[in-house]
Amino acid sequence: MKAKPIYGLMAEFESPEQILAAAQKTHDAGYKRIDAFTPIPVEGLAEAIGFDWTSLPIVVFLGGLFGGLSGFGMCYYANVISFPLDIGGKPLNSWPAWIPITFELTILGGALAATFGMLAMNGLPSPYHPVFNVQRFALASTDRFFLCIKARDKKFDAAQTRTFLETLQPHGVFEIED
Amino acid sequence: MNSTDTVRPQIERLQKRGFLFGIAGVLLFAIFGALAGHHGGLAGWQQLFRSYLFAYLYWLCIPCGCLGLLMLHHLTSGRWGYPLRRIFEAGSRSLGLMAVLFLPVLAGLPKLYEWARPADVAADPVLQAKQWYLNSPGFIVRAILYFAILLVIAGLLNKWSREQDSTGDLKLKNRMGTLSAPGVILWALIVTGASVDWVMSLEPHWFSTIYGMLWMVIMVLAAMSFSVFVLRMLADHEPIKDVVDPPRFNDIGNLMLTFVMLWAYLSFDQLLITWAGNLKDEIPWYAQRAFGAWAPIGVVLILLHFFLPFFLLLQRGVKRRLRRLSVVAAWIVVLTLVDVYWIVVPSYERSGPRVHWLDVFAIIGIGGLWVGTFLGQLNKLPLLPLHDPRFEGVLEHEHGD
Repeated sequence: MKAKPIYGLMAEFESPEQILAAAQKTHDAGYKRIDAFTPIPVEGLAEAIGFDWTSLPIVVFLGGLFGGLSGFGMCYYANVISFPLDIGGKPLNSWPAWIPITFELTILGGALAATFGMLAMNGLPSPYHPVFNVQRFALASTDRFFLCIKARDKKFDAAQTRTFLETLQPHGVFEIED
Repeated sequence: MNSTDTVRPQIERLQKRGFLFGIAGVLLFAIFGALAGHHGGLAGWQQLFRSYLFAYLYWLCIPCGCLGLLMLHHLTSGRWGYPLRRIFEAGSRSLGLMAVLFLPVLAGLPKLYEWARPADVAADPVLQAKQWYLNSPGFIVRAILYFAILLVIAGLLNKWSREQDSTGDLKLKNRMGTLSAPGVILWALIVTGASVDWVMSLEPHWFSTIYGMLWMVIMVLAAMSFSVFVLRMLADHEPIKDVVDPPRFNDIGNLMLTFVMLWAYLSFDQLLITWAGNLKDEIPWYAQRAFGAWAPIGVVLILLHFFLPFFLLLQRGVKRRLRRLSVVAAWIVVLTLVDVYWIVVPSYERSGPRVHWLDVFAIIGIGGLWVGTFLGQLNKLPLLPLHDPRFEGVLEHEHGD
């Protein structure tokens, strides 16, 4: 029985190569609820912790689609329904002229969906997160690489997981209070 | 380090087949062309030259685009260009053939171009005003100039590349970059000039200032796609096998995506400007192509030459697998033919889309000759540049020898 609730265990590494190898081994060992924190982007790390699919592209696509349709719809409504005006003998539905607006609003819709969809799916803004209970975690923004196995993981066991993390030769292993 | 034995015979076989198709196509084209001319009179001769020009312009896109991409690579030095450079170089060396194949066009100027027919010019004040530029001697001199400059640039870049293979001299890399900077500018000016002279002037009243850019992107898109297709053939064999990996295909796929988007952007821009301007000199081009009997082809281009490759190339799963990427690439090369058809042929096929037998023979004939020449050139040199200082170590790093 655990004395106090813990969020998970965290191992500290000194280089991108180390954390990449460690993450691979952790994933291979069958852990699913893993997270990694690095001061610089590490190519391949997302794949190494088993992150292969996100629904964000779908959200962005829908956002873009909504933006584009509303852009075209707005032009169409203004020029064809609300205030029809013959300009140079062109048809009222002068669609080539609507494309720039449609295009811009597609980008806007997609960008907004990407930004806010990403924030929402990451659970941000988040004023409290347990990982910050580890004092050394502040170094994740400067020069250290952290790998975290969450207590929610089915395979998680405070003692065994700690032993496992220590076999990865980390700089240190820390318990994260929830 | 002669481990390319497995692919070389394959290239040779394809090369022979290319020449076979080329000679057969040219013979059929000549026979049926002569018959058409003999029986059809002026209209028949016109069809002969028009079919030839259309096929020529399509096949010119790839070698000319190859030269542009080769210079782009010398200027930017991305690793995406390492496995493609010899393909680009072989393409640029086939420009000599394209220069020779341009000669028949010169023989048919009055058949092809209104501005080269004195009777038409005498009746048309606009053509008279344009005659200082649109005249036969000017056309010929400019064509010689275009090819001379392109061939000198291509010749120098290829010569230095060969020297680099044997000496590995650092100066050669810098020299290729230094020539490529003005080279790209000259290339852009030449493509603009050539597209105005050879294609736009089929309808001498019409003009568009974005036209040259449009042809540039048609060329680099076709050349990039064709090169990816060739890369697929080579990628299972050494030495290329050792230097390509999914991130490289991803880069190449992204470049293709960029060109697809640029093509759509420029094509649409021209329409938008014409649409907004609403001027009687500019509208006929689109009235003919986008709103009449030719409109379905335009729609096909929007859907299959933009949206389809666009959505496919957005997927990492397509870009990171050469097999899939090469299918998209082959698709683009084929649709480029439709694009060139839609740009060139409505200039004279007023009533609607029509494919003449001579079009088919000319496409096969010129295409076969070009493919044969290209593959012959490709087979002449090592399939990867040796001793390029930018990529020294790539082989060792990935192969461990």
